[in-house]
Amino acid sequence: MDNGILAQFIQQIINGVSLGSIYALIALGYTMVYGIMRLINFAHGDIYMLGAYVGFFVTTQLKLGFFPALILAMIAIAAIGVVVEKLAYKPLRHSSKISILITAIGVSLFIEYTTMYFLSPQPRTFPPVLPNQVFHLGSVMISFQQIVILASTVVLMLMLWYIVQYTKMGKAMRAVSYDTDAALLMGINVDHVISFTFAVGSGLAGAAGVLVGIYYNTIDPLMGIMPGLKAFIAAVLGGIGIIPGAMMGGIILGVVEALVSGFLSSTFRDAAAFGILIIILLIKPTGLLGKNETEKV
Amino acid sequence: MNVMKTMRRYDLALLALSVVTYLIFSFLIDERVISSFWRLQIVLMCINVILAASLNLINGITGQFSLGHAGFMAVGAYVSAVMTMWYDLPFGLALLIGGLAAAFIGIIIGIPTLRLDGDYLAIATLGMGEIIRITILNIPAVGGASGLTGIPRLTDFTWVFWAMIITLFFIKNMVNSTFGRSCISVRENAIAATAMGINTTYAKVLAFAVGALFAGVAGGLFSHYFSIAHPSSFTFLNSFNYLTMVVLGGLGSMSGAIVGATLLTFITAALADYPEIRMIIYALCLILLMIFRPQGVFGNQEFSLLLQRLMKRRKGGKGNGQAS
Amino acid sequence: MGRLLETVELSKSFGGIKAVQNFIIHIDQGEVIGLIGPNGAGKTTAFNLLTGVYKPTTGQILFEGKDISGKKPYQITAMGIARTFQNIRLFGELSVLENVKIAFTMHSNYSFPEAILRLGRYGKEEQIIDNRARELLTMFKLEHVTDEQAKNLPYGQQRRLEIARALATEPRLLLLDEPAAGMNPQETQELMEMIRWIRDQFKLTILLIEHDMALVMNICERIYVLDYGKILAEGVPADIKNNPAVIKAYLGTEE
Repeated sequence: MDNGILAQFIQQIINGVSLGSIYALIALGYTMVYGIMRLINFAHGDIYMLGAYVGFFVTTQLKLGFFPALILAMIAIAAIGVVVEKLAYKPLRHSSKISILITAIGVSLFIEYTTMYFLSPQPRTFPPVLPNQVFHLGSVMISFQQIVILASTVVLMLMLWYIVQYTKMGKAMRAVSYDTDAALLMGINVDHVISFTFAVGSGLAGAAGVLVGIYYNTIDPLMGIMPGLKAFIAAVLGGIGIIPGAMMGGIILGVVEALVSGFLSSTFRDAAAFGILIIILLIKPTGLLGKNETEKV
Repeated sequence: MNVMKTMRRYDLALLALSVVTYLIFSFLIDERVISSFWRLQIVLMCINVILAASLNLINGITGQFSLGHAGFMAVGAYVSAVMTMWYDLPFGLALLIGGLAAAFIGIIIGIPTLRLDGDYLAIATLGMGEIIRITILNIPAVGGASGLTGIPRLTDFTWVFWAMIITLFFIKNMVNSTFGRSCISVRENAIAATAMGINTTYAKVLAFAVGALFAGVAGGLFSHYFSIAHPSSFTFLNSFNYLTMVVLGGLGSMSGAIVGATLLTFITAALADYPEIRMIIYALCLILLMIFRPQGVFGNQEFSLLLQRLMKRRKGGKGNGQAS
Repeated sequence: MGRLLETVELSKSFGGIKAVQNFIIHIDQGEVIGLIGPNGAGKTTAFNLLTGVYKPTTGQILFEGKDISGKKPYQITAMGIARTFQNIRLFGELSVLENVKIAFTMHSNYSFPEAILRLGRYGKEEQIIDNRARELLTMFKLEHVTDEQAKNLPYGQQRRLEIARALATEPRLLLLDEPAAGMNPQETQELMEMIRWIRDQFKLTILLIEHDMALVMNICERIYVLDYGKILAEGVPADIKNNPAVIKAYLGTEE
């Protein structure tokens, strides 16, 4: 292979993995909520947007650095996620899929336009909280921000993995995801588990919001729509409801998008994402890591 | 009991009602009693009724969760515009070709995706709708990202009104035929339906194609009213909007689709004076509606049936069970 | 009396589990055949193979001399095999009348344009469907509930409606999956009479899965016993009742 093309290829992989790890963080929230409640939380992308705004205010108003911003955003967004669940989704626990979906869309629009109303629809510039350093490895570039994004994502994912696998709450989550009614009969407080899931999922999205703010420098009230959809595609790609699937799906999607915009044209980037969605749904609707299920007659 | 006689009588009554409604509204519009703002709302309402009724055929009657309706609308909007602009075809024919093109795309999309169900189908159709939009966005010949402009303004109240009546008439007739009953049986219990000799794939694709056809016609009316077809008018959020109309009226009910589309159009119009909080109120309405009346205005009942039931109750239920 | 249905070394595996193996039965026209066996013996799997819900792993199903294995359920219904389900599968939200009308769909042949324009054959055929659906419901003593939602009917009536609906497809072979499940003795008695009456009235052949031994012994002319996915015994009720292998399958293992 031509050296220039190879370098460009590696460069796009690096860019793709950075972007993909953010998709993965958002996708985790989608997938966890779907696993527990069979709910496609279309408002999840907007939760992520709120994370970016919290990060923005913490760094500009409180003049705090990257880590406090990340942690404060995660806590604040986790709380918002729980409130949204309690107010909007809890009353609909036994409603039809379509009602819940429309509610999710309602919540999404509500968050977007309330943010616009109070914080103006104008995009804001995220302050440079990390040094703008770029490392050169031959002709391949990797920025300090990309390294921070990757490192934060890996740490958060390891924490999530630990919670789900080894804590009591994690076991309860897996039980509810497997069979809600049986979990209820075993004395698991399903309401608590759902709230906890929303808190964790939203917290991760909040972190993703801060990371994107740092990466792209600019945030606006509608910034959550596309990454929300992309993250959702990532969740479906890996197998919705499956946590490692969301991580895998996010990275794959990010890399494919980076390669498409690098080698073809960025106008086809979104089409590529939806194309992947359609292909996976047609070939293996339960996702790369999913199991096939059929209705018993 | 004579099935056809009852149907004919009912149809004639509806036709008479449509003609009277049409005459009243065209009189009011011609005499400029109705302001241009509300004239626009009435035209939009008729287009929305077509979209809601056709989406109801897919989502409500056949029970297939589709979120790609705006994509079919886009196909109709662009194809019919190309027909009138480049080939000088008469408007009616252009609309029909736009509708058929949308139906064709509907079949192509439907055959692979309708094997999926529930959430998976919803996501797949959402993705397909977005792919249609992004494809159009990348065709420079039809304006690409800046949209197709200079479309002749051929749509008026007469066109949208009668297109709406024809759509409703066709869909109502389809629902009351073996074709519609096949669709309903798929919604109710697909396994039982196939055991009754019903080809469920065929029924689903048929509903999808017919729904797409009328969405395409609505798209043609839309682009020839605003003289422009723009990709941003056909996003998945627009599809959600049509779905909301259907659910607002009552999923599976034709009367509901009409009421839902009308209500939502007018709620949107009434909020037009408050642009900053319009979407906030709209969103709150959606959430509250789903919490307090998730079955919509009509449930899955039809207005005519509710009327019949009411009359029966007034008669003291003496006609109970007998053919009426 | 001709041969109506015959299976050739039929088997079905799920993953590594052989649900049904070497399933060989034959049914002649006009017979009432019972298929019995302990829970999990593979009876419903056998039904699902015969009706095309599952594709056989190996073997053939010959119906009226034609191989129907691998055909889709709706094609098999169209060829003349109808069924009911163990857990009733009515169109619950729809009226009793609509439930039966849906089953007549296959036998109407007006076109889509005729339907949406209400022209041509539409009116005449819809009238025929309506008349015949009402006729059928009257025969099954359901004429007083035609407008009720199917899900609101009492259990016994739901079972009757499911059978009436299956008959509307005009089958030559009717498969009943545990028709007496959940019925009290009096309802079972009525069901027994009804099955005989259906056979004579509609000139049908019937294959039924049943747990109620009294019912099976009483109305079936021949019985197949299935155990662990294999045919354990075949014969007239009197022989089956005294077959030591059958008794062991039902009672022996537990003691």
